[in-house]
Amino acid sequence: MVFDANVPIYLQIMDDFKKQVISGVYQGGEKVASVRELAVSYGVNPNTVQRSLSELEREGLLYSERTSGRFITKDQDMLKQLKSAYADELIDACVKQLTELKFSKEEILKQMKERLEK
Amino acid sequence: MSDTIVSVTGLNKSFGNKQVLKDVSFTCKGGSIIGLLGPNGSGKTTLIKILTGLITGYEGKVRINGQPIGVKTKETVSFLPDEPYFADWMRVKDVLSIFADLYHDFDYLRCLEIMQRFQIDENMRIKTMSKGTKEKFQLALVMSRHAKLIVLDELIGGVDPAAREVILDTILNNYREDQTILIATHLIADIERIFDSVLFIKDGAIVLDDNVEEIRSKTKKSIDELFREEFKY
Repeated sequence: MVFDANVPIYLQIMDDFKKQVISGVYQGGEKVASVRELAVSYGVNPNTVQRSLSELEREGLLYSERTSGRFITKDQDMLKQLKSAYADELIDACVKQLTELKFSKEEILKQMKERLEK
Repeated sequence: MSDTIVSVTGLNKSFGNKQVLKDVSFTCKGGSIIGLLGPNGSGKTTLIKILTGLITGYEGKVRINGQPIGVKTKETVSFLPDEPYFADWMRVKDVLSIFADLYHDFDYLRCLEIMQRFQIDENMRIKTMSKGTKEKFQLALVMSRHAKLIVLDELIGGVDPAAREVILDTILNNYREDQTILIATHLIADIERIFDSVLFIKDGAIVLDDNVEEIRSKTKKSIDELFREEFKY
């Protein structure tokens, strides 16, 4: 993974995790690799990885079991919500750019539809 | 992260009438990787030489693991100097046996493992090594000590970008959670993702001492960008 050096790395790792969960690389209930392993595979400081995982835990996407490590939540509603929120975010960014270019809602919708059906 | 491993208070050092360190104070927590960043001639190497006991005769208080600099602290510090110090005629295995004799915390097997990764053979002669290979060999030696503090001066200065990746990987793979690593460098872009915090040193004074993620969120800049701004000519 290539990091954007201007953005805190822990946020980028959190984002990468969410993408992997959304795309099904990680399944609900699956065990997450250890901090050390993740640090080496991302090529970043272990404390940075630790911070990402703690934040994801706080958000509820991960949960930890005292002795056996961290896991992806099994809460299907939460996973669905994550997927939908992520899609919203991407759509919002796209709509914002088009709106700045004076596209109307109808035009955006039409364009989007044509594109998808192409 | 836990106890303080390095603590420097009011450190001043002059060579003749040139003051090279000016009221330097900072601490390093155990289990962290710290970047000591500054342009050439800013005082990085002098500071490192004080920490490693190679320069004495300074004002101020310097403690490593609670101890004043001396024989005791040399045991707790593993140091990679900015220049290779092996004799040309030596073979790799000669150096290994010196390290094993000198340092009781030297992990021979680990060193062989790292060397294998770097494709360094025990029978190689120092004389035939490229600058980059010497640097990698030294890193293997230094990372193989179970020292509380590892000091790397001008790390990755002499190696190509692909080798830099392997070196950073080796550091992440081999450092233990109770070890602190202090890395002096000016190749910041390549290495900033492994730091916990950085110290900027300018004309002998510390001008910035902060956590890298805090810096990124506060300034929306990379450490490399910030460095270029701070030290603009």
